[in-house]
Amino acid sequence: MLSLVAELGRYMTARKKWWLFPIIAVLMLVGGLLVLAQGSALGPFIYTVF
Amino acid sequence: MRILGISAYYHDSAAALLLDGKPFAAAQEERFTRRKHDQRFPKNAIGYCLDAAGLDLDDLDGIAFFEKPLIKFERLIETYLANAPAGFQSFRTAMPVWLKDKLFQKHSLVKSLAPFSRSGQGIAEKMLFAEHHQSHAASAFFPSPFDEAVVLTMDGVGEWATTSVAIGRGNTLETMKEIHWPHSLGLLYSAFTSYCGFKVNSGEYKLMGLAPYGEPIYADTILNNIIDVKPDGSFWLDQRFFDYATGLTMTNARFHALFGGLPRDPDSPLSQHHMDLAASVQAVTELVMLRMTRDLARTYGIENLCLAGGVALNCVANGKILRDGAFKRVFVQPAAGDAGGALGAAYAAHALHAQAPREMTGAMDALQGSYLGPSFGQSEIEARLGAAGAIFEVVSDDALYDRTAERLEAGDAVGWFQGRMEFGPRALGNRSILGDPRQPDMQKTLNLKIKFRESFRPFAPSVLAEDTADYFEIDEPSPYMLMVTDVKRNRRRHRSAGDEHLFGIDKLNVPRSDIPAVTHVDYSARIQTVHRETNPRYHALIERFKKRTGCAVLVNTSFNVRGEPIVSAPEDAFRCFMGTGMETLAVGNCLLRKGEQTALSNRDYRHAFAAD
Repeated sequence: MLSLVAELGRYMTARKKWWLFPIIAVLMLVGGLLVLAQGSALGPFIYTVF
Repeated sequence: MRILGISAYYHDSAAALLLDGKPFAAAQEERFTRRKHDQRFPKNAIGYCLDAAGLDLDDLDGIAFFEKPLIKFERLIETYLANAPAGFQSFRTAMPVWLKDKLFQKHSLVKSLAPFSRSGQGIAEKMLFAEHHQSHAASAFFPSPFDEAVVLTMDGVGEWATTSVAIGRGNTLETMKEIHWPHSLGLLYSAFTSYCGFKVNSGEYKLMGLAPYGEPIYADTILNNIIDVKPDGSFWLDQRFFDYATGLTMTNARFHALFGGLPRDPDSPLSQHHMDLAASVQAVTELVMLRMTRDLARTYGIENLCLAGGVALNCVANGKILRDGAFKRVFVQPAAGDAGGALGAAYAAHALHAQAPREMTGAMDALQGSYLGPSFGQSEIEARLGAAGAIFEVVSDDALYDRTAERLEAGDAVGWFQGRMEFGPRALGNRSILGDPRQPDMQKTLNLKIKFRESFRPFAPSVLAEDTADYFEIDEPSPYMLMVTDVKRNRRRHRSAGDEHLFGIDKLNVPRSDIPAVTHVDYSARIQTVHRETNPRYHALIERFKKRTGCAVLVNTSFNVRGEPIVSAPEDAFRCFMGTGMETLAVGNCLLRKGEQTALSNRDYRHAFAAD
């Protein structure tokens, strides 16, 4: 997860499209949770949220 | 320096290995999985590249991916936001895939690559990401024989760019300008491909082959309504006619109304209308490319041009650019589509990231004829054919050339499987089906009985490089079958008065030259010049055929049937041989005749692969 945050940081610094930050950050968070939830204890948490 | 390049997850996954700046191995995943345009992680292609070099991921200096997924995602989000609420259906389809896989491509690449590493460590640190068009440009310029060149790349779309112009000098490649999404010449061609009932990303060849049967009567309609082409060749597409930016189809009702009705159903017959549409979009594509290349030659004053990207597979336009003369020399990357991005990404990492020096290879390009795929030794071929149930005879090189040439002269369709597999969509004489081009029925026989594909599709000639000028109006080498040129005037057979009035497919049945099987209805041919230096065995076979018949040309089509990836291993070749109307097969020094095989080896091949 930390590497993803670093990747997003590098992307934002390079592209400087700051207005996209909230959208991409939220989508990455959702995506990250989906990836982590595959076969993990996070499953029930995801189902509660959605 | 050792660099592995990877292209994957969109279409035509591939891997390429660069050793000290020279291409060592490259292959498309579809050849191993036998699934056409396979887009999955290319584990077999990577395995082949590393095995061929005796390396492990731990031994590599870099692993380069052919595009930047986050910037592609940015384009998607901006497009959806700009068009909302239109495009919700497309958004709903695309987002789950992106959120689950594509957004975390680095993570999934590292995970998929781990089995190729002894230590399983340090993979993420070696990963590099080139831009999509940078990969295309690098794939064309760095292996080219030029120290300095203008590099033009055109395709559907990469991250944002659909067209880019770069200047390559030594080991540098500087992007000068780009045209961005949604304005794309590749997508305009794909829109007409889809409208004429062919599949996007694979049917573009068919549209190009169909064009000479029609007249470009809709070219003005296209130019006056949907594309604005500027004097420098840059262009703007009116998005009101397209659906691809936000929808799930290429074209919309406004486009259909402009061109006289709904898109063609893939199973319905082709009409003159579709041939005219194909001719029209081909004419517009050539107009854009010629305006662009003329302007680039004027602006930069450089005499060499490199081309890559899917649009560079339009060999009719390439031939016109070469003949136009704005650039003295033209080099087209043979794997111009996304598969070639694997090689380009590796080159970009080598030259642009590591700034390693570029070694020129003299007058020839560095791709060694594009024979970069797997090969099989004679004993392995015999073992594999034996295991597949084949009955074969092992002959000397001399007897192989002699007897194959004899069967070709007798009218057989011959499977020719030799040496290393080609990288790129064309078979260049190592995984090919060959025929005698002088026989008037050869085109029909190959299309209908061997390839099981549409009868209108043309075949390409392979000609001895030294005899090219005797047959074709070209004096440059064309080793990768990416240039269309005309058959020499003295070889053409002029149509009779009655034949002049023929339209469409009817033109096909009129012999057009003394090599009719490879002469298209407009007297053009997509030629491959065969060079002794890069393919001595294929060269020797054509020489032997010439000695027998006086003809230095063979029909060369890829060794597969419609919808099947080109054969990779000897057993693939044997299966294809047994399932089609091919009469003779040569695999290495093994010679097979259809009549000598057992009935058990036969199978229904016509329906083995979905139509492409």
